Amino acid sequence: MPVEAPPGDAPVGEMESEGASEVVTPGLERQAERAKARQGFLLGLPTIIYLFIFFIIPLGFVVAYSFATRTRSGRTELRDFNLDAYARLGDDIIMTVAWRSLWMSVVTTIICLILAYPLAYFISTRTPAVRNMMLVGVMIPFWSNFLIRTYAWRVLLDSDGLVTQAFEAIGLGDGRILFTSNAVILGLVYGYLPFMVLPLYAAIERIDWSLVEGARDLYASGWAAFRRVVWPLSRPGVIAGSMLVFVPSFGAYVTPAILGGNKEGLLGSYIVLQFLSARNGPVGSAVSVVVLAVMLISTLIYFRSGGKNL
Amino acid sequence: MNETTNGMRPAVELAGVVKRFGDRSGTEVTAVDHVDLTITDGEFFSLLGPSGCGKTTTLRMVAGLELPTAGSIRIHGEEMGLRPPNKRPVNTVFQSYALFPHMTVAANVGFGLEMRKVPQSERRELVDWAIELVEMGSMAHRKPTQLSGGQQQRVALARALVNRPEVLLLDEPLGALDLKLRHQMQHELKNLQREVGITFVYVTHDQEEAVTMSDRIGVMHDGKLLQVDTPEAIYERPTTRFVADFIGQTNFLEATVAGADEVVLANGDRLRLASDHDAGSAVAVTVRPERLTVHRRGEAPTDRHTVDGRVETVTYLGNAVIYGIGVDWMHLEVRCPATLAGDRREVGDDITVSFEPEHAAVVTG
Repeated sequence: MPVEAPPGDAPVGEMESEGASEVVTPGLERQAERAKARQGFLLGLPTIIYLFIFFIIPLGFVVAYSFATRTRSGRTELRDFNLDAYARLGDDIIMTVAWRSLWMSVVTTIICLILAYPLAYFISTRTPAVRNMMLVGVMIPFWSNFLIRTYAWRVLLDSDGLVTQAFEAIGLGDGRILFTSNAVILGLVYGYLPFMVLPLYAAIERIDWSLVEGARDLYASGWAAFRRVVWPLSRPGVIAGSMLVFVPSFGAYVTPAILGGNKEGLLGSYIVLQFLSARNGPVGSAVSVVVLAVMLISTLIYFRSGGKNL
Repeated sequence: MNETTNGMRPAVELAGVVKRFGDRSGTEVTAVDHVDLTITDGEFFSLLGPSGCGKTTTLRMVAGLELPTAGSIRIHGEEMGLRPPNKRPVNTVFQSYALFPHMTVAANVGFGLEMRKVPQSERRELVDWAIELVEMGSMAHRKPTQLSGGQQQRVALARALVNRPEVLLLDEPLGALDLKLRHQMQHELKNLQREVGITFVYVTHDQEEAVTMSDRIGVMHDGKLLQVDTPEAIYERPTTRFVADFIGQTNFLEATVAGADEVVLANGDRLRLASDHDAGSAVAVTVRPERLTVHRRGEAPTDRHTVDGRVETVTYLGNAVIYGIGVDWMHLEVRCPATLAGDRREVGDDITVSFEPEHAAVVTG
């Protein structure tokens, strides 16, 4: 068997089968590992190129713009790099919008968690056939466009909309919530609820039911067994679901734009406003960079705490 | 229902316990079929049977993890009824151990005490005691995933015993261990039971395990409790064909009951054997292979029962020889201590097989 293949042109697949029975020198082993790594890289290359062109380069533009100079006419010029845009981040208007985005996405996440947990628990305790049907049910909203579904809410919530009229009919006074923060939260919860249900389901479904029996056998009430066994073991799902809801809610644009009107703008709307109306590219870019940083940090926290519990 | 084998107070009493499971197509499966059973305080009791015989379901009903369809379960005289598992004075060692993966060994062991609101100082003392009892002192701060199967088994045992339950239920706790560890743990479990004096109800499908460890064994088959007795009585005097066959090797001689103390074998031979079956009912006489003796044709002692036959197979096992004997109306297996080759029968030898009447038992089914 040709063990002494010159470095570099050892055919990949053959290395292992031959090496198994014959003498393998450390050099050949390293060579095989390198060949395997190269193979992985080649497989990933199309996606890497795609992400580089359509994600990394535009992101670079955004970062560069955030340090750029805005001319009197509103054009952004990539010269005299400065921190002016970042200095404006403390402005009252930006802070107001930022806080609103933060608490709205936090409230959205909490409501989603409260709604999704019992549902996910229920689904994961069904028989497999029922389970799959219910999971398909959870995903049905994805079959139609998010924008269209959000517009549907606008119709429902408008003055003569079904929801408004129903509210008024049962005597809840002026039931019109369109263009309020409540409408935005409703829309966000509606849009992102499945992203909470699915990871929660995955986590709860994996829990060994005999652990609950074990807890009950050790004098735990049903509630205590949930609190001490089911809840801690489902935490990876809670964290994953919360991240999947919080991150897109924080940067949401479509929902607040359609259901929140002009008054309840969030960071997403503010950024669009800076680019399209105020023609202030550097400030829009600076806000974008900060939002991205917040999301990145949240995601890192997720991976850290999730990793500890998995 | 208070009558027990040796007059001690009963720990667990099952009366007419039935468990039916309905599946989705509407058919019902009777997992446990009218089981009556009294387990004595302080006893090591085993429920033995093949998988699917209802032994685990019976155990789970005592624990409260399943509720009986009908019948009554009492623990120390108290009716359990619909009581949830957390309100029953029993603890379970699960087959899968069911250790909480997110808690340390010490937290696992202390869980039951914590749930019962035992003060922390006392709890710590009891947890230390239990962990020492199973010799896991050095592992108290590990997580269950960092332990071997045998170690997890010990933790599961400590977690149950620390609560000093009135009855400890064990559901095939050694099933996941390798053979050597099983033997060692069988020994330790038996010693542990003597040490703590708690009633053990032990579910297993391994007849050797049940025979070695138990004070009494209940053999289950198809949801029915067939026989409850000491290991020796189960082995020597089985009452059903299933029990005789399930516990060790045996020979069956088809027979008919002729009277209160006489049966007629299929070849017409009469045998003095007591049975409480009606005359004329079809039964079998069971004799263990090691209770049979092989003689040269016609040399068997006259006070033993004899059957003539011919050696068909000889299997040398080192410490024993197994003879397959063809009798004109059946086949017998005889296990003899291995003797020097000169004394061994050969294939084709005409021989006589004999046995003491008291080594035979009449079985039905």
